[in-house]
Amino acid sequence: MVLEATHHMSVADDLSAGRAEKIKPRDGKRPNPVSESFGAKVALTGLALAFLALVLLLPLLAVFVEAFRKGPAEFFLSLNDPDTFSAIRLTLTVAAIAVPLNLVFGVVAAWAIAKFEFKGKAFLTTLIDLPFSVSPVISGLVYVLLFGAGSALGPWLKSYGIEILFALPGIVLATMFVTFPFVARELIPLMQEQGTSEEEAALSLGASGWQTFWYVTLPNIKWGLLYGVLLCNARAMGEFGAVSVVSGHIRGLTNTMPLHVEILYNEYNFVAAFAVATLLAGLALVTLVLKSILEYRYGDEIAASAKH
Amino acid sequence: MDVSIRNVRKEFDRFPALHNVSLDIHSGELIALLGPSGSGKTTLLRLIAGLETPTDGSIYFGPEDASLKSVQERNVGFVFQHYALFRHMTVAENIGFGLKVRKGNDRPPNEQIRKRALELLDLVQLSGLENRYPNQLSGGQRQRVALARAMAIEPRVLLLDEPFGALDAQVRRELRRWLREIHDTTGHTTVFVTHDQEEALELADRVVVMSQGRIEQVGTADDAYDRPNSPFVYGFIGDSSTLPVRVENGEIWLADRTVGLQVNDVPDGNASLYFRPHDITLLDGCGGCIAGTVATSRRVAGTRRVELEVGGSQHRVEIELPIEHVAAERSRIAFRPTRWKVFPDAQDSTA
Ligand SMILES: Nc1ncnc2c1ncn2[C@@H]1O[C@H](COP(=O)(O)OP(=O)(O)O)[C@@H](O)[C@H]1O
Ligand SMILES: [Mg+2]
Repeated sequence: MVLEATHHMSVADDLSAGRAEKIKPRDGKRPNPVSESFGAKVALTGLALAFLALVLLLPLLAVFVEAFRKGPAEFFLSLNDPDTFSAIRLTLTVAAIAVPLNLVFGVVAAWAIAKFEFKGKAFLTTLIDLPFSVSPVISGLVYVLLFGAGSALGPWLKSYGIEILFALPGIVLATMFVTFPFVARELIPLMQEQGTSEEEAALSLGASGWQTFWYVTLPNIKWGLLYGVLLCNARAMGEFGAVSVVSGHIRGLTNTMPLHVEILYNEYNFVAAFAVATLLAGLALVTLVLKSILEYRYGDEIAASAKH
Repeated sequence: MDVSIRNVRKEFDRFPALHNVSLDIHSGELIALLGPSGSGKTTLLRLIAGLETPTDGSIYFGPEDASLKSVQERNVGFVFQHYALFRHMTVAENIGFGLKVRKGNDRPPNEQIRKRALELLDLVQLSGLENRYPNQLSGGQRQRVALARAMAIEPRVLLLDEPFGALDAQVRRELRRWLREIHDTTGHTTVFVTHDQEEALELADRVVVMSQGRIEQVGTADDAYDRPNSPFVYGFIGDSSTLPVRVENGEIWLADRTVGLQVNDVPDGNASLYFRPHDITLLDGCGGCIAGTVATSRRVAGTRRVELEVGGSQHRVEIELPIEHVAAERSRIAFRPTRWKVFPDAQDSTA
């Protein structure tokens, strides 16, 4: 017995001695096994920053520089133009219609997909992504085909005095189509992750379907919803391609801000073009800040997919 | 409220989760659905609540057919396995929710809802936590809030899915005793689901043993333990030993020896003999007994558990002996079960 015990002890000693030797750092500084070397880190970070500066920051700066090239007076003067005002008004109107509608449809679609089992669910999910995978120009052209002079629907509606193409409804429709996925895509993973048990609890406690949605589902998704609406709004105000096809570019009537920028630019009115562009850039910056605040404050209440 | 489940079948995409289940639950009773995972306990509970609709059959609350009613109209209190507390509401708001969503004259004023919530919080011994959020509570506390929330609507039936499943052993035992007390003071008809036999046998007035979407046995803890009516219940509840036997003219044979036991309701042919390790009597000689050699012997609390090899080394059965018994290895022991049951083997390829 005694012999055996000593034997064990010596083995243990050997082991611990061997381990200590292996762990002991050679130069007193342990390298982190899951980290790149310092040089590689600097190089990679630098590369990323340089790329960002070149592709994002420089153009943004250029917009402001161009807009203020002839001084602030000229900047404000160029903005003070009825056509510009009407473009701003139209953009705000379109967003004010398209974003709330997409909010409602997005919530409904996400609710249906995340909380219920039904046939064709996978198809619906794919359909929601369609606007992201189709070129915006094509999206616009679809509406031209649907409501144009050569279509069945367009002339019929026109006979009742309803203009779709080259008018506000067409622009709203095209904008809605392009921005539809933002809200739904944001909410689906979030709602799927939350499951249906809280809703079931609410129902078992006697809540109606509407009460369940209002008191339970909606509060659980509110930050994710706000996040989706923010992105949806930014895109709705900035959309160019789809709107360009259906708008008809009628000055003072069907020109949104992005279209107006293009027209001014093509007329060599650079200061005015860039002045309007600064407004859009400002919108983008505000969106970015709000988005970052949301991600920072409510990151875990926004779907995992949004945190990349 | 009496609850009567009549010939209920439930299929999920053609997969049968429940086969033709019937069960009568008496008013004021505390009943346990006990079975291994996947046996259909949750499905049965959700059917009673109205969270699922039966593929076939009906469920009666008292004299009325509840199958025709929606979840909201059934007025059941459901405590979910993972509590499903409303994460953005405080404890008091969670408990008051069922009252807040009532319509018209049924809806109490806000102060009264809050008062009721605080009373219930007191009942579940969580006074002072009314302004916490669910993620600021421990598992046991969440469990209590979920129960208070379910009781706030004065449910006709209280349904609990694995109420103590996610808690550690200490809290479990405590809450178990406490649930029994609450049940006794409030008198709700209560059905709870568990896969823990100790919990079911200790807590429930009656236990419903389920397996593979079927009810195997309904009875008191004593019934389930002392009079199991199927091989499954023998195996699932408590310890049991089994031996393959043959029935001939009402006499039970083990290989070429008679065991000394008679049956009259089992057809001739191959069968299985079941008994509890402690339900045996030791015999000296063997003119009708089960005899075997001691394979292992260990002390379990105040008794000795012995594994016997019966019929060569083919079968092992466990029996319980008084602690004085030496049960030396390889020694021979003869015994006969005092309480036992024989189940005929399924008629399969033996023909
Ligand atoms: N919503 C569902 N869809 C498909 N199968 C289900 C569903 N719910 C339960 N099942 C199946 O029904 C069987 C019984 O499940 P369940 O009632 O949850 O068992 P238990 O609660 O006893 O563990 C299981 O095989 C399970 O896979
Ligand atoms: Mg279950």
